[in-house]
Amino acid sequence: MKAAVVVFPGSNRDHDMLLALERVTGVAPTAVWHAETALPKVDLVVLPGGFSYGDYLRSGAIAARAPIMRAVADHAARGGLVLGVCNGFQILCEAGLLPGVLMRNASLRFVCREVKLRVETADTAFTRGYASGQVIRTPVAHGDGNYRCDDATLARLKGEDRIAFRYADGTNPNGSLDDIAGIVSESRNVLGLMPHPENLIEPLQGGIDGRALFAGLAA
Amino acid sequence: MKARVTVTLKSGVLDPQGKAIEGALASLGFAGVSSVRQGKVFDIEMAEADKAKAEAALKAMGDRLLANTVIEKYEIAIV
Repeated sequence: MKAAVVVFPGSNRDHDMLLALERVTGVAPTAVWHAETALPKVDLVVLPGGFSYGDYLRSGAIAARAPIMRAVADHAARGGLVLGVCNGFQILCEAGLLPGVLMRNASLRFVCREVKLRVETADTAFTRGYASGQVIRTPVAHGDGNYRCDDATLARLKGEDRIAFRYADGTNPNGSLDDIAGIVSESRNVLGLMPHPENLIEPLQGGIDGRALFAGLAA
Repeated sequence: MKARVTVTLKSGVLDPQGKAIEGALASLGFAGVSSVRQGKVFDIEMAEADKAKAEAALKAMGDRLLANTVIEKYEIAIV
């Protein structure tokens, strides 16, 4: 599986993501600078974590309008896989590739800790490496992870089985609606999630719970 | 042309920052403050001299960048 990781000014989790993809899939991914207007031919495009543009205006707002994002949207429209982690999730919502918005954490604090996630659906390319209902550990590190959407959108997400991950066992770190940690698009090829699966892929990191996301994609 | 675009949260959207500011005002001794909601102000200078065209452009700026219309609304004032 070929992958590209988009790098914006202020992205800081791109290195972890590049490493995770190479370690788990065996194929070295390509880093693509935000100012490029074309993507290499890849199966998966990743928008990594960080503070693109310093979170100026709104988290992910300016990155969502970067030159490369037209190519990312075209890739998604053709059915290509897109994964947005943390700031990447914020960028996908700002770009309209996913519904809803990530607002300031309810506690108003930046939260950096491990949480428990329940895999709510195994019916996506991203979650097929897990069992539906499986509870895994992942780290989170964010100040604006509070997922919000209107009632109609929430009903659609639930009805269409598009909530991919929820915070489990009372570990919701940001007050997100319905404990939502990650969602997929209508065609199920775009996933946005706030936690960092790329940081739990080998034993040295304290666990390998995140491995199955990448292994399942590459399968 | 000079314009001011004010972006505020739509009513009903939770504003924890506004709540924190409300609490700070109370601890400073300002009684009777029942609500604070925080917004943003953008002062924009444009070459466009025609008022109608400027307003149309500013509306597009509001819709496409300055406000996240999922949770925010905006007002335009030509200064």
